[in-house]
Formats: sequence, C-alpha cells, structure tokens
Amino acid sequence: MTEPLLSVHGVCKSFRGVRAVSNVSFGVERGHIVALIGPNGAGKTTCFNMIAGVFAPDSGTIRFGGARIDRLRPDQVCAAGIGRTFQLVKPFAGLSVLDNVIVGALQRSRGVAEARGKSLEILERLALGEKRDQFAATLTLPDRKRLEVARALATEPRLLLLDEVMAGLRPTEIDLMVGVFRKLNQEHGLTILLIEHVMRPVMALSREIHVLHHGELIASGSPEEVVRNPAVLDCYLGEEGV
Amino acid sequence: MSRGAVLLAVFVLVLLALPAMVNNYVLSVAVLILYFAYTGQAWNVMMGFAGQLSLGHSLYVGVGAYTAAALFTHYQVGPWAGIWAAMLACMLLGAVMGFLAFRFGISGVYFALLTIAFAEFTRIGFDHLDWLGGSGGLFLRVERRDMNDLANLRGSPVMFYYVMLALAAAAFAFCAWLLRSRAGYYWQAIRENEEAAQALGINTFRYKMLAVVISSGMTALAGVFFAFYYNNLFPEQIFHISRSIEIILGPIIGGLGTLFGPVLGAVLLTVLADGITELVAALGLDIPGVKQVFYGVTLLLVVMFLPNGIWPAIASRLGIRPQGSGRSDD
Amino acid sequence: MSVDVANVLNLVLAGVLTGLVYGLMALGLSVIFGVVRVVNFAHGEMMTIAMYATVMLFTALNLDPFLAVFPVAAGFFVFGYLLQAGLINPFVTRPEHTQFMLLVALAMILVNLLLMIFGPDARNVQLDYLLESIELGPLLIDRGKLYAALVACATAAAFFLFFKYALLGKAIRACADNYLGGKVVGLNVKRLYALTFGLGSACLAVAGCMMVLLVDVTPVLGPSYTLLAFVIVIVGGLGSMAGALLGGVLIGVSEALAGLYFTPSAKSMFSFALLILVLLFRPQGLLGKRP
Repeated sequence: MTEPLLSVHGVCKSFRGVRAVSNVSFGVERGHIVALIGPNGAGKTTCFNMIAGVFAPDSGTIRFGGARIDRLRPDQVCAAGIGRTFQLVKPFAGLSVLDNVIVGALQRSRGVAEARGKSLEILERLALGEKRDQFAATLTLPDRKRLEVARALATEPRLLLLDEVMAGLRPTEIDLMVGVFRKLNQEHGLTILLIEHVMRPVMALSREIHVLHHGELIASGSPEEVVRNPAVLDCYLGEEGV
Repeated sequence: MSRGAVLLAVFVLVLLALPAMVNNYVLSVAVLILYFAYTGQAWNVMMGFAGQLSLGHSLYVGVGAYTAAALFTHYQVGPWAGIWAAMLACMLLGAVMGFLAFRFGISGVYFALLTIAFAEFTRIGFDHLDWLGGSGGLFLRVERRDMNDLANLRGSPVMFYYVMLALAAAAFAFCAWLLRSRAGYYWQAIRENEEAAQALGINTFRYKMLAVVISSGMTALAGVFFAFYYNNLFPEQIFHISRSIEIILGPIIGGLGTLFGPVLGAVLLTVLADGITELVAALGLDIPGVKQVFYGVTLLLVVMFLPNGIWPAIASRLGIRPQGSGRSDD
Repeated sequence: MSVDVANVLNLVLAGVLTGLVYGLMALGLSVIFGVVRVVNFAHGEMMTIAMYATVMLFTALNLDPFLAVFPVAAGFFVFGYLLQAGLINPFVTRPEHTQFMLLVALAMILVNLLLMIFGPDARNVQLDYLLESIELGPLLIDRGKLYAALVACATAAAFFLFFKYALLGKAIRACADNYLGGKVVGLNVKRLYALTFGLGSACLAVAGCMMVLLVDVTPVLGPSYTLLAFVIVIVGGLGSMAGALLGGVLIGVSEALAGLYFTPSAKSMFSFALLILVLLFRPQGLLGKRP
C-alpha cells in the first residue's frame, strides 16, 4: 500500500498548558476529498495551522509526499505543494481581484505575464472573471471566499486545505463551490482536506471523514459510517442532524 | 494618447528645457525639488512597497555622503567610483538593520524607533570621528564654478541640475519597473497581509530585506550628490532627525506607495515653502521656523483629510489611475 | 573616602535624582502609550511647552515653580484631554502609521511655534533658596535636584494609587487590557482615553516644571526628550509604571557616568545603544509584560 499524500502522526499541541490537539493521527490519500469535522474548539484549525507551517507541533510528525514538513515555514509548505485558505478570509484589500490571484500564481510562474494568464483562467473557473478589476475590499463575503480559494489554487497545490470555506454562503453558492471542488478533484486529481461545519457539502464531497473532539480523534470512516457512530452523534451531530 | 501620457510628455519637456528658461536661483530650487523627489522615491520603496516605516533615513544619506566625500578628500577617489563604496556601505547598513528588525520581529512603531535610534547613534558618533572632520565638518575643495567637470562633479548649477534630473528620472523608471515585477506584487501582498502572503509561498523575510537594501542603496546616491553639491558635511545637520522627516514628507503628502506621489509632494512642499519664506522676507520679518510650521500644518491636514495623499485625489479628478497602489495595467 | 569615589558617588546620586524626573516624564508616556496606544511623538515638545510656561509664570508673576506645578498641570490636563478627544480619537481605528504621522506633524508645529515665539536663546529659572547644596557626609546634594526628585516621586505615587485603587483608574486599566471588552461592559472608552491622555499630559507637565530647575530650556529640546521618553519606556517596560521610574533612573545614572568616563556629548549614544539592545533581546523591557 502506498503512503498517503498527507500523513499526520501522533501530533500534539498545547497552548499555555491547554491541550489543543492530543495525539491525533490520520492520513489523506492522493486524489481523495477528506473532511475534518468536530465542534468548535475541537482543534481542527490548530491541525490545519500545523500542517500549513504556521506553528510546529509539540510532538509527532507530519509528512507530505513522503517528506517531513512539520518544521517548515508557511511559505516553504506552499512551495512543497500545499495551498490553504483561512477561516477569517484574508484578501489583499488594496489590490484588485486579479492582482490578488496573480500573487498566488507567481509561485509557479516564470513571470508576471505568465501568472496573469493563469490567474484569468482561474478567476473564470470560480465565476469571478467579471470582477477582476474590482478592489478586493469591495467584494461581498461569498466573493471573498471564492477569491481566497482562487488565490490558493493559483499556487498549483497538490493538496488544498479549506478552512470553513462554506460558512455564510447561500445554498446556490455552496452548490457552485461543491461543483468546482468536485471538478478539480475528478479532472485534475486535486487532493482536498476540508474543515467544515456545514454538513451538506461534507456529505456530498467527502470520501472520508475524521471527527475531532476536545483535541482528540474520536472517529474516522466513510460519511455513512461516521453519521451512525454513537460517539459522534453524542458530541456533535446529535444536536444538528443531517 | 491617454490624458496621463500627454501630461507626462509635457512635464518631461519642461524639465529638460528648464535651465534655459530660468535663473540660477530658481534652478537651485528645482535641484532641491528633484533631490526630494529622488529621496522620497527611495524611501517609498521601504514604506510604500514593503510597509516598513523608516524614520531614520538620514542615516543612509549621511553615510553615503561621508563615504564618497572621505574617499575624495583623503584618497582623491572620484565620485563615480565613490558611489559604489557609498552604496555598498549603505546597503550593508540597511541589511544589518533589516536583519535585526525582521529576525527579532520588530515592526511598526518599534521599527520606526529602531531606525531613529540608529540614526541618532550615528549622528553623535560621527561628531567624534575626527578623521571625518568631527563636529567641525568635512569639506570638499571647490576650485572653480565655471568649468563643468562631470568626472569629479565639480561645476555649475546647470550641471548639477541635469545630474539630479537624471537620478530622479532613473529612480522613477526603476520604481515603475519594480512595481510591475514579481517583487512589486510580493511587496504589496506583504504590506496588505503578511500572513496571507506567506501562505502563498512568499518568503517575507527575504522580500522585506530586499526592500530595505534597495531603499538604503538608492538613498546612498542622494548622499553622494549632497556631498558634492553642498561641499560641506556636518553630522549635526546631515544625520539629524529633521532630515529624516523632510525625506518622508513628500511621499506621505503626495501619496504613499504611488509613483507620482513623492514627485508631487516634493514639488508642492518645496515650491510653497519657498514661497512662504519669500513672503515673510518681503514683509520685512525674520521668523525662524516658519517653514517648518508650514510643513507641519500641511502634514497634519493631509493626514487628517487626505490620508492616501494628494496624488490619488487629484488623479481621480483628472481621470487617471494612480499607478502603484495595486493596479495591474492592461 | 577618597575624592574620586566621592566624586563618582555624587555623580551617581545626581543621576538618580535627575533620572527620577526623567522617569516622571516617561510615566506620562507610559500611561498614554500603554493605555491609549498613541505613539505620542510630541511628548518632549509638550514637556518643553510646560517648561516655558513655568519660566513665564516665574518671570511674569514671580510664581515659584513648586506652586506653578498646579496651574500648569491643570492646564495640561485640559489640553491633553481635548487633544485626544478632538484630534486623535478618530485615528484609533486607522492604520498605525497615520496616527504616528499625525503626532509627528503636531511635534513639528509645536517646536517651531516655540522657536517663533521665544527665539532660540536659553531660558531658566533661578531660585535663591536652591543655591545652597546639602551636605551629607562626603556627599554633596544639589537642593534643586533633590526637591525636584521628591516632587517627581510624590506625583508618581499619586498616579500609582489612582490606578490601583480609584474606580476611574481601574476602568482605565480595563480599557488598556481589552478595548472591546471595555466597551461591552459599558465603559465609555473614548472618554476614558481622553481622560488618560489628560492625566498623562498632567504628569508630563509636572515633570516639565521640575525639569526647569535642572536644565535651561530651548525650543529644540523637544525631540531629544521625546526620544528619551521612548527609550525609558521601552527599557523600563511598556505598561509598567514602576518600570518607567526605574528606566528613568537607569538612564539618568548612565548619562552621568557616560559623561564622566567618555565625553558629555556622547551620553545619549549610550541611551540609544541601550534602546537597540532592549528592542532586540528583551522587548518587554525590564519590568513590562511580554508583548
């Protein structure tokens, strides 16, 4: 069996004595879409931040494409092929939509001209083409979320980390996003790891779901299995339903 | 041709023909304007592009000036060779400061204070360096003002005018090119949101260092010019914090991060300040400090009402897009 | 005791006393910068104005500086309050550098207005009863410095007590720690900010009245005092009032010693070197909290 594209093993992280993540291990296979769910404060974004290089785990390892990445800086992680979005979107407000994406595209382009071409294409794919000359500061939240995704995609990642990208979107917008990710996954083989609270896209997209609670991994499996898992229902889904 | 291009062409023609149209006094004011347009542009690379507020830029002017001047007076090294030494010294200094600041996570106000501390430290230090003239000053020999000796930068005001014009034009072109390059995009990204920039693969440390080194290197040239134009250097004056503030007035009033901002700011400030000084003299009064009060009031008004500077406001009235604050051009 | 050691001790003591006045000046900034987060680049200039006010009151009304403290401090309280409420408050949400520039502009205006009004010549205050020094064994204590230091300590103590025990003081500290939280519990944050700026300015004014007894005043003193205040606040530790005083004493003593072992003009070099080192290796200063 080949090694998963992303392999998180025995990872722990504490902040000022509070255990945020406790001995979490999971893998993301190449070409899969995997979801990380759990109540607020479960440690999901902390995991993301460790994978993305924002801070290093206290113990444990993270491997990507066979190489260890847990001590790398965020920009090195991106160069290795991982793109990410932020839970609280961080657009370059003073730049145009197009320029925002160009910044991302420059990662894998020889120059600005090449980056520009790639960026226009990505903006079309995410239905932002018409707004390309608008200042990012003037965008609505759903558009900012799509810009965030477009920008991360521009770095041509092998693995895309999506942090609650559906929050605050209307059902039609969610469907658009789901369609975009499904296409990227099926046609381009993009591997996706997503954190989500909105269950619709999670169930629609994910091949596998990992559930975190109080920093620990309490369940893993296919969506059907996880939905029926009593421990999961107990802490999380019981209140929401699907 | 677009409106912007036409204006630019007229502007350039006027600049080239200026010495033939005005007397030496006006020409010296023009040199001053170009000097501040240049230093403003150089400072803008650090602040407007990379978002690091430097209030100690007089350090680079001074070190650049003293390096070239010392080489000239002690070793008879001409200014065109001295330039390289001056740039190297300033770029090293900038690199040290940048390294300390960015490695130790010093930013914002603390970075500004750090730059001030370095400049002040150097100012007092140079007062005690007798080999460089100490507080008494370092003087360059001025033989004749009528012969234009470009190799040694000795000559008439007209010669200095064209030298400074060339420098300012080169700085402008260089910054325009930088803005459109990969570095330009990355700097703006870092300035807007450093965390997001990192997530997109930008080595923010490297690019911030680049901005600092380019900015300090460019400013060194201004220092060299200063030395050979004024022919005397005093630590008290050249490293003083007022010099640092003068450098930033143009870009802030004109428009941070834009290409024309520093130029417009330099023009406005120098012309109006000169006008006020003339007015006061004409009224028979001798009031020291009037010019500085004027600078202060202008800065205050701009910061309060036009925080992006005057150029972006004017440009939108004229229907021109201000280049530099993050627009990609077709 | 040998002459040399007595000499050094006297210098150190003078440095401590002067340092306490520096510390009071820095205390004003610590309160302003620490609570309202305003980088008061006009701090030194404001103190210079207080110094001139004291001189004017002395020459015109023969008012003893120790009494002038009260009206000058009151006046500065009002000035500081209005400055924050009127000019600076809208800038709290704007990017840092615009607020910085605002105060740089203000500083420029103040310094040069002083230059225009008073001219560049030095002024001072001569009090007859301060001429005689106090002898304490081998030590020779300058009376003016001693009294000034005592006033500085008294003022600082008043501030400590206010912030620790008074309801208003506690409210201000709450805002400093948590702006949003303060608003949520119903504190009128903007008014408290203005109040804080007023208090910091009053503190500064007292320091200015006392400083006149130690040095001659010229308009151009402003910028160097601003820098000194920042050095002290950063070295002593942002947010720590005791740190401001401690930093002041440290700087006062180092200046005195630097003047003895190097040349007097090099004394501020030492302060700047200290600032650089602190910023690099211990940004929270001696007594401050970790940022």
